[in-house]
Amino acid sequence: MALMKSERPVGIVGYGAYVPRYRLITQEVSEIWTGGNTVSPVREKAVPGLDEDVATMSIEAARNAVRRAEQVCASFTPQRLGAVWVGSESHPYAVKPTGTIVAEALGATPYTQAADWQFACKAGTEAMQAAIGFVGSGMTSFALVIGADSAQGRPGDALEYTAGAGAAAFILGPAEEALVEIEGSVSYVTDTPDFWRRPHERFPEHAGRFTGEPAYFHHIASAAQTLMREMGLTPQDFAFAVFHQPNVKFPLKVGADLGFTRAQIQPGLLVNEIGNAYAGSALLGLTAVLDISQPGQRILLASFGSGAGSDAFCLRVRRSAPQSGALTTRAYIQRRVPVNYAQYSRLKGNYVMH
Amino acid sequence: MRDVSIIGIGQTPVGEHWDKSLRVLAFEALSAAMRDAQLDRVDALYVGNMLSGELTGQEHLGALIADFAGLRGIEAMKIEAACSSAAAALRIGYIAVAGGIHDIVACVGVEKMTDQPSSTTTSGLATAADAEYEALHGLSFVSINALLMRRYMHEHGYKKEDFANFAINAHRNATNNPNAMFPYPITAEQFAEAKPIADPINLLDSSPIADGAACVILAPTSMAREFTDKPVRIRAIAVATDTVALHDRRDPLYLEGAAISTQKAYAAANLGPSDIDLFELHDAFTIMSALSLEAAGFARRGRGVALALEDEISLRGRIPITTMGGLKARGHPVGATGLYQIVEVVQQLRGEAGANQVPDATIGMAQNIGGSGATVVTTILERI
Amino acid sequence: MEVARFWRTRHQRYQLMGEVCPHCGTKIFPPRDVCPACEGEAKTPFVFSGRGEVYSFSTIHSAPAGFEKYVPYTVALVRLEEGPLVTAQLTDVDEKDVYIGMPVEMVTRVLREDGERGMIVYGYKFRPRLTQPAPEPQHAAEAAAAA
Repeated sequence: MALMKSERPVGIVGYGAYVPRYRLITQEVSEIWTGGNTVSPVREKAVPGLDEDVATMSIEAARNAVRRAEQVCASFTPQRLGAVWVGSESHPYAVKPTGTIVAEALGATPYTQAADWQFACKAGTEAMQAAIGFVGSGMTSFALVIGADSAQGRPGDALEYTAGAGAAAFILGPAEEALVEIEGSVSYVTDTPDFWRRPHERFPEHAGRFTGEPAYFHHIASAAQTLMREMGLTPQDFAFAVFHQPNVKFPLKVGADLGFTRAQIQPGLLVNEIGNAYAGSALLGLTAVLDISQPGQRILLASFGSGAGSDAFCLRVRRSAPQSGALTTRAYIQRRVPVNYAQYSRLKGNYVMH
Repeated sequence: MRDVSIIGIGQTPVGEHWDKSLRVLAFEALSAAMRDAQLDRVDALYVGNMLSGELTGQEHLGALIADFAGLRGIEAMKIEAACSSAAAALRIGYIAVAGGIHDIVACVGVEKMTDQPSSTTTSGLATAADAEYEALHGLSFVSINALLMRRYMHEHGYKKEDFANFAINAHRNATNNPNAMFPYPITAEQFAEAKPIADPINLLDSSPIADGAACVILAPTSMAREFTDKPVRIRAIAVATDTVALHDRRDPLYLEGAAISTQKAYAAANLGPSDIDLFELHDAFTIMSALSLEAAGFARRGRGVALALEDEISLRGRIPITTMGGLKARGHPVGATGLYQIVEVVQQLRGEAGANQVPDATIGMAQNIGGSGATVVTTILERI
Repeated sequence: MEVARFWRTRHQRYQLMGEVCPHCGTKIFPPRDVCPACEGEAKTPFVFSGRGEVYSFSTIHSAPAGFEKYVPYTVALVRLEEGPLVTAQLTDVDEKDVYIGMPVEMVTRVLREDGERGMIVYGYKFRPRLTQPAPEPQHAAEAAAAA
């Protein structure tokens, strides 16, 4: 059995999103670097402000998760978070945890397990699987997992068209007190180097079209198919399907290959508006779906991390999410200030100042 | 306690002294004051300075300047109270003479600000604010005054251009001061169009970064006429404090430290605002002029700007201020400014202010403000 | 590198943690251990809501060292709803949209970096208070069309 389930049922008691307010219309990248001859794979992407990074975006997403958890679960307080785990490939420090900053900002210190996770764009979902074990074993009552990135793409590179930013946070706790029960998950991993970044390099490298079939499509399809097969479910059993979204085309194609309709995928497909938030990508799709999902509905979530692997989850909604005190994902997306390529380059620190 | 008088004054021109170091500037002011009092020796030297450590990597100014001036061996030390450092040094000199510790004391204020790029000078000036709760958040000293000005305009219904006459008056007076940095007039149009620094404060609301040094020599009044025909008596000198950070004040638009300092000085001198013939106030920014006039009793709350609008601040007005150009146009070498103010009041009381002479000036007041009002030194001087 | 200095105030800066006076109930920020109202000892921690309104503001064009890369940026005195004034930067806002009385909320952001190699200092800033906007009915159709 590839399916992973905990002894004690685990669910999501609170969740929160964050998307920075600046947007680059990505056709500008094409104008600057290819004379407009490249058609951008997404319309626009989110860009962090000068004072934002993975720690600050994680803090705001986590504060939203805490506000929802406090309404859903009477016994929840930030002091009861046994883990504060941040998955990202753009942690502000190479050495020094982001998790401690987030934990301190939430008031979750000192008795908590703070850690940073790293597996390209699936760093957040692998933290979620670990947290299922952490809570499901009874080691702790609540665990906070975050997927967040301020994604990097070399100027002019294919990645620059889509590299976005954002954070999604989830507080896992006992399923009986949760908004959503996590019914099971699968992790499918092989050593497939489609994308990487060596130490001290600013921008990641990628293997071009190799990132498609052998990496993205194979891993997501395998994880999702195995999950559904072992749980005895079919695409028709799900109201929503959320996939890692490096562009608009890939998630729609992998979804169609698996038998999902566009209507199941569309509500969690944000990439055209915010770009690829890397470790936050699929998880922001999930927060957008949780904002609108109804009790009884099932959600399939499948991340993809280059290098490569996919974590697939089967979620079942127990109750509608409270929306007071925390903005919806859609509200953050609507909060939108366009910047031009020159302003974007400044925000990203791409000008050489020395 | 002995009565104390000023027996000598000296100053360097205020400006960008590319060819002069901090010690040279201090020495020039000190030696000018000693010449003025016909002295070749003093008993003690108190140096007012704010930024020598930050901007020139030099502390220990007492010994440094005493030695450089050929006074090796005397008591000497630096006094720091942000922009009110020079008047604070005067206060210490006054205490020493009044208390009978020393007879002849030199107080010199000196600042050398132009050796550093402006961002370094800007962060140096921000050390006058609260490092943990103001400067850490990126506030410049200018912006702290801008917060006051914006709120003042909001509460009292003034427009930005209502502040123009503080700057125009200062520049007009500076035209006759050979030591002023900006000895030329400005117009209301120039004021309206000046470059913003920290909105609503623009370049012409602000006093300039400058180098300079000023000095006075103190002696017991009973001995003063041995050294000068025109001694000027210190009727009162009073220091008061307030919170360093604006956010900690009960009412940020009320300079409580300035009010207490002025009240103490008035009480000690047995005088009131109507007795003051001229007032060298701390016009680091136009808003500080307005708030000082209110705190010192020359205007009701919210009416400080009205004095400028009604031109009551000119040399022939009800209360002449910044008679030699003030911080705005004479220049503001921060840790020296308080003694420039004193030197200029002495010039007025001696009748040596030339074209800017306030007729029959008998009692003059100076107020030197550190930070945005956290240390305030008020000095009342009298022609005798 | 001033590590200890920033570390010791992390609770205040990340969470807006101040104090409440056990004698008279006055809420205190920044923490000062002595109540400014009744002068009694006040060391009880209190986490502020982060909501307040702009009391005054200014935009900085000439920045102190360490803040040059952020200009122009807006600073403000913010009156917290629990009473104290706090000095901080505003963020996620255009200067022309700021006004006295504007409702704001606390966010934790990067205050400054100690160069390329030093610490990143995080702390409170304030931004215009976000509210849930009305739903945007056309978004799904628009996204579908673009895809």
